[in-house]
Amino acid sequence: MVYAKRFDGRKFDELRKIEAEVGIIPNADGSARFKIGKTEAIVGVYGPKEMHPKFLQNPRKGTLRCKYDMISFSVNDRARPGPSRRSQELGLVIASALEPVCLLNDFPKLIVDVFIEIPQADAGTRCAAICAASMALADAGIPMKDLVAAVAVGKIGDKICLDINKEEEDYDGPGGATDIPIAYSPVENKLTLLQLDGKIKGEDLTKAVEMGIKGAKKIYEIQKIALKKKYKVDEILGKKI
Amino acid sequence: MKNYDKKFIIDLYENGGRLTERKNKDSYREIIIQEPVSVNAEGSARVKIGKTEVIVGVKLNTAEPYQDTPDEGVMMVTAEFSPIADPEFEPGPPKEEAIELARVVDRTIRESHAIDTKKLCIKKGEKVWRVFIDIYIINNDGNLIDASVLGAMAALKKAKIPKLDKDGNVLFKEHTKKNVPLNATPTACTIFKLDNVLLIDAEKREEELIDARITLGCFGEYVHSMQKGGKGAFTPEEFNKCVKLAIKKNKELQKILSKF
Repeated sequence: MVYAKRFDGRKFDELRKIEAEVGIIPNADGSARFKIGKTEAIVGVYGPKEMHPKFLQNPRKGTLRCKYDMISFSVNDRARPGPSRRSQELGLVIASALEPVCLLNDFPKLIVDVFIEIPQADAGTRCAAICAASMALADAGIPMKDLVAAVAVGKIGDKICLDINKEEEDYDGPGGATDIPIAYSPVENKLTLLQLDGKIKGEDLTKAVEMGIKGAKKIYEIQKIALKKKYKVDEILGKKI
Repeated sequence: MKNYDKKFIIDLYENGGRLTERKNKDSYREIIIQEPVSVNAEGSARVKIGKTEVIVGVKLNTAEPYQDTPDEGVMMVTAEFSPIADPEFEPGPPKEEAIELARVVDRTIRESHAIDTKKLCIKKGEKVWRVFIDIYIINNDGNLIDASVLGAMAALKKAKIPKLDKDGNVLFKEHTKKNVPLNATPTACTIFKLDNVLLIDAEKREEELIDARITLGCFGEYVHSMQKGGKGAFTPEEFNKCVKLAIKKNKELQKILSKF
């Protein structure tokens, strides 16, 4: 059960090519685009604003609400437009991945809406969504303790691989494919998203999450560069991201 | 008020206790599995963990297979948070929490290949058995995911395949002696984090105060599903502890399930 070489030739701990950009939607209070390989997420943040209906307001702190949506033509088999069970669950887990770093106590009763669209999908869409959303929240000026970076680790056959793509996710050779999306906040040293499906032993799971944390730290640096670029705090390395 | 309660629960735990009496502070409340709930279901079970109660029914009908798996039966899990179970549950279509629960149960069963779907093929490319696993919460006193997976697997263990007439229509009132074919009996264990304390089988009063939770669906040595919930997060060290603890606790649950 050997997966000797990755389908796209990457090293086992290598991320796909990343593009990150902030401020892409002029109407939104904050926005961002995050592309990793062929997977792309765009996010618009609106708020803090008054929450309706009023009975949903939390008098103690603000509410963070995420809507995840796959654009119908983002996948080979057309996705039916509108909410699905999957998209509703993802909205919930994405919100709980972001909320640990957001300081919502500053605006009780108000809501921050995070709208996520996936224009192109090649696995890892929830992770790309979290990366983009945390940049868009920062861009919107929401008080935050840290950014969150996310990546999907996989066990493909016998190998633990960073940032798996669709071809790897669908691997049905010996050992199969296990998909483990994680999100990590480096300053807080906390894992804010942990999901898994497949088949993996406890010790391999621990190793996979360690590899994911390393990958997330690299993504985190790119997120920071993208944010600083918009605000021209400094032209880091003079490099185009 | 809430902060006081949280400190109380943590102090209690550190002194070896929990709000509800248990064997020890790291054991489940009393678990009861019964059947049937409905004789009209192909299989059904009631699971009680302390005062938490869920009922699960398995119904089968025939359907066309999916194009990419022409010789495999299909499975669907739904969960209803009935207003009967909790003053905070409201009538209406399933909300995010119910969908999340159903999907975690679904992944635990699907990824462990618990149901042998190949044996549910009636005619390749045309007709297969479709297995509905419907979960209803009857009383919410916390830890609903663990109870639901246990209920789903118990109901599946008891489920019998209905007879077909000569035209291939399902005779729902008559069952064959054949069980729904199973490869595995996975369970799920959720670990709840309160500040730096990790609790298993939180009851509602504890669950309302948690920072975060993580559920691991396992069978034997293998982890098949995982889901972090709640507004807080886990440090990598806490996560590693959770993995070990959940695998151990799941083996205990599988032992209970094997006796049913």
